[in-house]
Amino acid sequence: MKKKYIAAIVIIAIAITMIVSMTGDASTYVSFSEAKVLSEKGFKKSIHVVGELPKTASGEVVGIQESPDKLSFKFEMVDENGLKQQVLFAEPIPTDFTRSEQVVIVGAYKGEKFVAEKILLKCPSKYQEEPEFTS
Amino acid sequence: MIHYFEGQLGHALVIIAFITSLLSAYAFFKGRNQDKEWTSFGTKVFYAHTLAVVGIIGTLFYLITNHYFEYHYVFSHSSKILPVYYQISCFWEGQEGSFLLWIFWNAILGVVLINTNKFWKAPVMFVMALTQVFLVSMILGIVVFDVKIGSSPFMLLREVIDAPIFKTNPNFIPEDGNGLNPLLQNYWMVIHPPTLFLGFATTIIPFAYCIGGLIIRKNKEWIRPALPWAQFSAMILGVGILMGAYWAYETLNFGGYWNWDPVENAIYVPWLVLIAAIHVMIAYKKSGSALKLSMILVVASFILVLYATFLTRSGILGNSSVHSFTDLGLSGQLLIYLLAFFALSVFYIAKRWRDVPDTKEETSTYSREFWIFMGSAVLCLMAFQVLLYTSMPVYNQIAGSLGIDLNLAPPTDIYDAYSLPQLILSVFLAILSGTGQFFWWKKMDGKKLKEELRTPFLISLVVSGVIIVIGKITDPFYVILLIACMYSISANAKIFVGVAKSNIRLSGGSITHIGIAMMLVGILFSSGYSTILSTNYTSMVWSKEFPEEVNRDNLLLFINEPRQMSEYSMIYRGIRKETREEGFVDQNDLVLTVDPLKVIRKGDNQDTLTLISPENSYFEVEYHTEAGKQFTLFPRVQINKAMDMIVYSPDIKRKLSADMYTHVRTFPDPDQEPDWSEPKEVKVEIGDRFFINDYVATLERMEPISSIDGTPLSSGDVAVKAVINVQGEFGDYQTEPVFVIRDQEYVGRIDDQVNDLAFRISIQNIIPQENAVILAYQTTQKDWIIMEAVKKPWINLLWIGTFLLVIGFIVAIRRRYLEFVKMRDKGVEA
Repeated sequence: MKKKYIAAIVIIAIAITMIVSMTGDASTYVSFSEAKVLSEKGFKKSIHVVGELPKTASGEVVGIQESPDKLSFKFEMVDENGLKQQVLFAEPIPTDFTRSEQVVIVGAYKGEKFVAEKILLKCPSKYQEEPEFTS
Repeated sequence: MIHYFEGQLGHALVIIAFITSLLSAYAFFKGRNQDKEWTSFGTKVFYAHTLAVVGIIGTLFYLITNHYFEYHYVFSHSSKILPVYYQISCFWEGQEGSFLLWIFWNAILGVVLINTNKFWKAPVMFVMALTQVFLVSMILGIVVFDVKIGSSPFMLLREVIDAPIFKTNPNFIPEDGNGLNPLLQNYWMVIHPPTLFLGFATTIIPFAYCIGGLIIRKNKEWIRPALPWAQFSAMILGVGILMGAYWAYETLNFGGYWNWDPVENAIYVPWLVLIAAIHVMIAYKKSGSALKLSMILVVASFILVLYATFLTRSGILGNSSVHSFTDLGLSGQLLIYLLAFFALSVFYIAKRWRDVPDTKEETSTYSREFWIFMGSAVLCLMAFQVLLYTSMPVYNQIAGSLGIDLNLAPPTDIYDAYSLPQLILSVFLAILSGTGQFFWWKKMDGKKLKEELRTPFLISLVVSGVIIVIGKITDPFYVILLIACMYSISANAKIFVGVAKSNIRLSGGSITHIGIAMMLVGILFSSGYSTILSTNYTSMVWSKEFPEEVNRDNLLLFINEPRQMSEYSMIYRGIRKETREEGFVDQNDLVLTVDPLKVIRKGDNQDTLTLISPENSYFEVEYHTEAGKQFTLFPRVQINKAMDMIVYSPDIKRKLSADMYTHVRTFPDPDQEPDWSEPKEVKVEIGDRFFINDYVATLERMEPISSIDGTPLSSGDVAVKAVINVQGEFGDYQTEPVFVIRDQEYVGRIDDQVNDLAFRISIQNIIPQENAVILAYQTTQKDWIIMEAVKKPWINLLWIGTFLLVIGFIVAIRRRYLEFVKMRDKGVEA
């Protein structure tokens, strides 16, 4: 019976290691100001910020600047607390970027700048609930 | 006119299917101890159930194929232009349809079980029918005491959507549907979901044998009939998963075949556990040990399938997955389904626990059981690791219901979170699968083992050494993984040769293991050593904005302007449409018609061509080397206006040793009018040469015309066109602006545009006295694409390994099934 217990202990030990590393690997959803504080404390890992693109009254997205070679761009995002922040992204503008209802950026502050590694878009009509009808 | 009857028929069939499943479950339970009457009654009711299920599917397909857009499901998931094979795909775009698919497979499997196995019929079919009760309830669509049970696919649009038009005109029927999600318009998406759902459905069978066995106190006899089904299920699930991976590789834009998306993980986890279960079951058959473990793993694999269903369909994943379904408000029902079967399993296992014999002997390190358990433990740990990470949204939800804001987000580094731990555990898997086989076939001691292992070990070192040197593999972890895989391949090959000599029918295990090891090598190279060819070193001006160096993996290509990219010179040639008659045709040469599928080619013949899919456009990208043009790729963009979706898909040049993977990241929005420059005027005479946007142009002639776009001019109108030849970098273009004078006084100008050269031109005025015309042209930015090109070496090993895996499984299933049949025919099935 002894070997069985040793095996069980080893397996449980590995499982616990996995649980511990999971809590370390998990990212969090934060606001821009919390992200700023984290980066000033020397926290290096990427976090998630949820927000929206600022729009004019007529619904046009403002604050997007594309690099001349189109391979990267800057944009402004307003987080859930209403704080606006410029975000840099080293990828071309996703085609449906301006149509997105909600934007989740994954990245971190590098000094004063927020550099995104990944952008997740939530488009309102991906699974259309309220289609427009014309009779 | 709204077609009420078909929907009512469908709904009635759903209710019939529900009642018959309930009734047959009850009858089979009553008949569990070989009661002939109850069993035969249950069988008849189950046949009725199967007919009802087929009827439901037929009705829904009838609605789709006849374009009855008054039905919500038809409106949301199909459109008029959808070809028949994609109309089938409509079934798995929506939750209701995919439940139907699952129900369908379950019913078919039920019929197969009824006809292959008399003794086990009642207890096994009880479990099968019970799952049908829960599954059919998901599409029931009835309201009982204000509680909505299930979501019916036969709802009318006006019952689901509260649009103002239905108040004024309740009989309103939309002209066309939303169409199928562009992602699903791929031939793999026609066969991948049915395969995966067949895999899903088959996991119930070993579970049903196990629980059925416990119910009738055949605590150990269930293993023999369950084993071939477990193997079949693992094979189908494995194939389904890899088809999904292949689909993702071909269609999705993330540049790979596996993304550790929750939906992928949700099915990977039960698959691993099922594989572990099969190994333990085989060990039990050989030596009678670990029956309890077999039971737990078989049950766990099915419960995990239910958990996967819950994760992907309850909406709990929210934003963390690209392809989870919309929340239909079924989460409560799904949770009940999961908990009911969990409770059922726990109840019967606990009830019979004392009666199940324990393993008496101590397992020695030199016994085959020891190695099998080690392997199963590694598989379970792999499953556990992925499950742990994928369940993060569940922790948030549970903590949230206790009033704690856990706020966990998915890990940002996919490689660290999933790939690395899985690969580390795979090293152990490869070593165990190589070594364990020797213990399986022979009695081993230390000395004998050394003898057996010497050759494969040496071969693996030599082969790995060569690969490491040639492939310049420096990462120590990859070196270890490679050696482990090579060891597994050579050890299993040795076993295969030995077994095949005596009886090839027993060689399933070694073939499968070789397949797995090859797949691992393929994964190692194609992911670990994929190189981005389009990495951008130039134009770093703007990147100074970034606080640190950033990788820019994309390349901007202007039309007809070659750009160097690693050893290739790339040229983007423009947007193409795919026609049935002539393959890819330049979009600029085509004129749309009222019929979305028909286009007319510009020019003298006015041929009518048929588009294969109007939503698709292709970017022609040529790869040149100094030796000339090598190959042309056509990455795709698919634009679905109704769903407002733009989907890019790669194109892949397949070579034996590597795939060249090219995909477009973005291109100018076709809906957006480009910025035109201020018009510039030039005065030219016929035969004059002049410049437009730096291209040499010649005014060839002026021609009077009698019709404009096919409409004849009325009397009193005069029209003339200028024929201008423009020399582009790669060939000439002809452009023909038109000047009209209507009723002898109103001037009309119809400009002509040359997209490839980025200008448009019009005739401003004609000066007959000087025999000259004044032309005005405007320029804009040239057409462009931003693309990424990736080289993925030895990805073919992954697919070849998959084939071996399947072959190995088929051999193993055949063997175990014949074993079962032999015993059944002898009448000793219990």
